[in-house]
Amino acid sequence: MERLRAIILKEIWALLRDPKGRIILFAPPLLQLLVFTFATTLDVNDARIGVLDRSGGVQSSELVQQISASDNFAEIRRLSSHDDLARAIDDQEIIAAIIFEPTFDRNLTKGKTATVGIVLDGRRSNASQIVAGYISSIIASANVSADKQTATMTSGARSIATNWYNPSLDYIWFTLPSLIAIVSAVAGLSVTAQSVARERELGTFDQLMVSPLRVHEILIGKMIPPWLLGMLNGTIFLAVATLFFQVPFTGSLILFYLSLAVYMLALIGVGMFVSAASTTQQQAFLGSFLAMVPIILLSGYASPIENMPEWLQMTTLINPARYFVVLVQGLFLKAMPFDMVVQQLWPLGLIALATLSASAWLFRARME
Amino acid sequence: MSGYLSFDRRRLTALVTKEFTQVVRDPSTILIVLVLPLILLFLFGYAVSLDASRTRVAVVLEDSSEPALSLAMAYQNSPYFDVTMARSLKPVRNMMIDGEARAILVIPQGFGQGVKKGQIPPIQIITDGSQPNTANFTTAYGNGVLNNWAASRQLEAPRGQATSQPLQISTRYWYNPALKSQFFLVPGSIAIVMAMIGTLLTALVVAREWERGTMESLMATPMQMSEFIASKVIPYFLLGLGSMAICSLTAVFIFGVPFRGSIFALLVLSSAYLMPSLGMGLFISAATKNQFVASQIALLSSFLPSFLLSGFLFEISSMPLPIQFITNAVPARYLIPSLQTVFLAGDFWSLFLPNILIMLAFGIGFFLLSFRTTHRSLD
Repeated sequence: MERLRAIILKEIWALLRDPKGRIILFAPPLLQLLVFTFATTLDVNDARIGVLDRSGGVQSSELVQQISASDNFAEIRRLSSHDDLARAIDDQEIIAAIIFEPTFDRNLTKGKTATVGIVLDGRRSNASQIVAGYISSIIASANVSADKQTATMTSGARSIATNWYNPSLDYIWFTLPSLIAIVSAVAGLSVTAQSVARERELGTFDQLMVSPLRVHEILIGKMIPPWLLGMLNGTIFLAVATLFFQVPFTGSLILFYLSLAVYMLALIGVGMFVSAASTTQQQAFLGSFLAMVPIILLSGYASPIENMPEWLQMTTLINPARYFVVLVQGLFLKAMPFDMVVQQLWPLGLIALATLSASAWLFRARME
Repeated sequence: MSGYLSFDRRRLTALVTKEFTQVVRDPSTILIVLVLPLILLFLFGYAVSLDASRTRVAVVLEDSSEPALSLAMAYQNSPYFDVTMARSLKPVRNMMIDGEARAILVIPQGFGQGVKKGQIPPIQIITDGSQPNTANFTTAYGNGVLNNWAASRQLEAPRGQATSQPLQISTRYWYNPALKSQFFLVPGSIAIVMAMIGTLLTALVVAREWERGTMESLMATPMQMSEFIASKVIPYFLLGLGSMAICSLTAVFIFGVPFRGSIFALLVLSSAYLMPSLGMGLFISAATKNQFVASQIALLSSFLPSFLLSGFLFEISSMPLPIQFITNAVPARYLIPSLQTVFLAGDFWSLFLPNILIMLAFGIGFFLLSFRTTHRSLD
């Protein structure tokens, strides 16, 4: 016990000794949380679009008026010709262009159907689909208002949309809790992965081996400081999210810490495995990076798991972040009850057990 | 120091050879140049899909009349939804909490009666707001199915009068008519792979010389600082181009991404991009002289920004202004639109040239900075 305490203390000192290293432990995670919270929105606002009005009539300019009144567009650029339009889209000055052909107003006054053309930049297909949606809904509402006299069944079909857990669909309420999972994965993995590899590269690992420390004591001593660091960072994130960004936390704090503890253990197992496998810091760093990218991309944060092909959805089942993302989202926004937390927690616990045993085995094997 | 930019051919060759030997000897470098790009590409190609696919929803049928059943069938047959049926809200409530369902569509009691009277009662769409993107999407498609259903019933009804919609929309997506998100994600991920190799690898190798003390041995040789930097830049520049080539071949032949531009343009763009990438790596390592700190800073200043702040996944124009301002300092921001264009659209030099110039300017800036930092610590 005495020995264990000594090595834990030594490891904590090793982490905190270097002033640059000290800053690196806390500042970047927090910075990531702040910057990426604001940056990672799939909404499209302030899009730049163009209008090529070859009709020049009353109806078309009225429609242009309505479109420019929308908050979703920053700038409506007047285009003079099809060439002008092509150039503006090619150079990505605008993401979409609306075209009124010369017959547009004529057709409308004759009571015929007039076509509004929309050209979009498929290189950014996601954003342009959203922009197409904005434009279509403006045109659709113009249709409805033109159609008011004849109350038809189509306009009679309605729905009432309610958004549970996040009534105004605030994007930050989604990103912040999920980013806790991502950022603590990045920090936890990289710190653990360096621990053994660094001592190996600098040659101090041999000194540890000749000390009276037992193998499991070294292992535990190496794991506890990053675990504590993860819990501390988790606490800071929780405070920033709830106090600074006012994201509601509706679940139980005890369950949050329980989940975070198990999640950190699973990650530290992965990090220690990488560290035990590598002989230099460079290898450890690249190894942890190699683990980090799939953990982030397959967590359901970067894009929904439902969108992935079947075989990849199966692969996500062994990703600890997949469960933790569900847990943090549930605990923050959905007041996730105990039994549902347990449903996510037991696979996470199994993963932690697997990664920790695998790393202990490899660590032992590489010692001899 | 005589002459910043004087190179002795023999010394430079020796240094570059040393660097290459180290690259070949360390299996992790091969890993980062060959394996990592492929893994990244496959993950971005398969895992990150923003395309509409089947969203899991629950349809609660509170009414069992013929119109209600027919609407429920319409949802079940929609390619956008993966439907679970229920009779009341209670059993599906929990499905929303663990994400088993992303929305609940409630067809209310008295729906059938309302339809018979010619007035369709509103259905309720409850979405999981914790995923705003999916929530918006589900509401839109839920309404779409409802409207189509209503329209098709109206066509069947003999007395119903077809609505004339005065305005019609014709939408065309240039360069990516099938709207495959892979087509813009895969070229974008090439930029991220090159950022990895350029910045992360370079940062580590130079910091390693300092940390292991081999830097002092190098300084004791007649080597010039410019030769040292060149010896670090040349191998990793070539490695970067190599993995760019591997990525591009994979993109075209495995993911079927079209390649409509020229190889020349691709080469010029990637070379220009590798300048700020490598320069940043050199600067980080010279400034930190510690592998752990260098790796963390490189990760923070190169990988994550080129992933999140470059317009690769998230639209820059939607970010708040201060963040939009920060994105100007992310070199990948200038490469990604050009790469997407080379692949999907063709050679548009009016788009490429300003971007190339900015990237080169960044590159020169970083090289000057690292020159100064490395030089100063010689004394």
